[in-house]
Amino acid sequence: MRILNASGCLDALAAPEVARQLDAFVTKTVTPLPREGNAPPRIAETAHGMLNAIGLANPGRERFLADHLPRLRELGIPLWVSVGGFCADDYAETCAALAEIEAIELNLSCPNVDEAADSAAEIVAACRRATELRLYAKLSAAHPDVAEVARAVAAAGADGLSLVNTLRAVALDKHLRPALARGSGGLSGPSLKPIALHAVGVCHEATGLPIVGMGGIQSGRDALEFAACGARDAALGTVLFADPGAAGRVRSELAAACAEVGVATPEDAASLSKSPETEEKVPA
Amino acid sequence: MQSLASPSRHRVTGSERLGLYTLLRVERGDIDPGVPGQFFMLEAPGRLLPRPFSLCLAPPGELAFLVDPIGPGTEALCAVQPGEEIRVLGPLGHGYRLDVDRPLLVGGGIGIAPLPYLAERLGGSPNTVVGFRSAEHAEAAALLPGAQVVIDPVLVTELIDPAMDILACGPEPMLEAVAALCPTAQLAWEAPMACGYGACYGCVVEIDGHLKRLCLEGPVLDASRISKWLSVTKSEEVPA
Repeated sequence: MRILNASGCLDALAAPEVARQLDAFVTKTVTPLPREGNAPPRIAETAHGMLNAIGLANPGRERFLADHLPRLRELGIPLWVSVGGFCADDYAETCAALAEIEAIELNLSCPNVDEAADSAAEIVAACRRATELRLYAKLSAAHPDVAEVARAVAAAGADGLSLVNTLRAVALDKHLRPALARGSGGLSGPSLKPIALHAVGVCHEATGLPIVGMGGIQSGRDALEFAACGARDAALGTVLFADPGAAGRVRSELAAACAEVGVATPEDAASLSKSPETEEKVPA
Repeated sequence: MQSLASPSRHRVTGSERLGLYTLLRVERGDIDPGVPGQFFMLEAPGRLLPRPFSLCLAPPGELAFLVDPIGPGTEALCAVQPGEEIRVLGPLGHGYRLDVDRPLLVGGGIGIAPLPYLAERLGGSPNTVVGFRSAEHAEAAALLPGAQVVIDPVLVTELIDPAMDILACGPEPMLEAVAALCPTAQLAWEAPMACGYGACYGCVVEIDGHLKRLCLEGPVLDASRISKWLSVTKSEEVPA
């Protein structure tokens, strides 16, 4: 099980020593044009989670390709570029301009901007025509049937799935006003984990595609639970804010967590979550 | 020196009440106290996210932070007992430039936090003016012997000489008033911050006409770089 970061939760150029602890670095989402992002305040802590409404702040495709990507390559770690847009062509044009990276993650589920009108499958199909690079579709568990979306993007040519993005949510300040300037934001952190585990499980069963599992992973045990539900790799998001050393810590805890449940590797845990005799052992 | 990729846990050595604030002391370990105005992320026990604090004092072998209990994270930090350990990450960001000829330190409320260490590093008992909401809050002025202390409704801006080299920290209305009087002032600003090292993009403020991360650009900025005041009260946490 490789340890990545969740897109938008680490700036490898600002904190290269943190990025180098990862098995691959996933960039913040790149859109065709530069975006300043949403007005502050953009973040708020909630019970067992946090909200963010960053709004896809990024330098835009042109500056990313000319300035950021070359500097990211100098870090010497495998790169995934998160691609966003507002129509299928936006995504496809960025995909076509990318080369010499490990994978592209298509952000099909940002809760903090107005969504692309085209369906996830249409966007994936357009990108598939534009690139031979590996394409991971990042989906939201907000969809009533995320497995159906997963099947659609698989049929459209996705090579893998990133599950899950944050969920749209609201927090109020003590005067009962929204804590974020945008009003709503994306909920991340431990409160997202059970939802993410479910999404990983049903999408794994529906598609069999490789999955990067994310949503509230704080520990090696959490990462192992994602493996048990069918995730091949794990990504860290909110935990990196409190603990920039989380990747190394989670990796060593993962080995201990495997030993505790009696499996040699996280991959071996995949059969456990469906095995009837282990059902009673699911922790509260 | 501490690496960002391996933040260390530090034993709390003391927790003293100073009026309505708490001075929290932790073992320094191999942490560099940094430049005054730089900040540290302190783990708030039981909370998901750490909280940012500028360094208040750097006694031998220790780091001390002034905490105002304004929400669940800061309340948790005020309740930490000596002997417990918390994760400490820092120093982060950019502090004050110390190459000034006629320093005047200006603090408001919990904004006095970086001034004791700043005064120590500047040396020579720099002129200091601090203001508080109440006499009880003003007990924290004990950290700044010799400082002029004012209490609402008197404002610090009524006492400052704009011709001096002003180094200020305090609530946004105070900073805005100081900036209006003295565009060359160095101001320590604050914003809600999840990580402190540029990862979360949460702490953006308008600097040089663009939204930029305060943790990387500041928190100390030349007043002239601040393009737009937030005009929101940030000195409280969401009551999660």
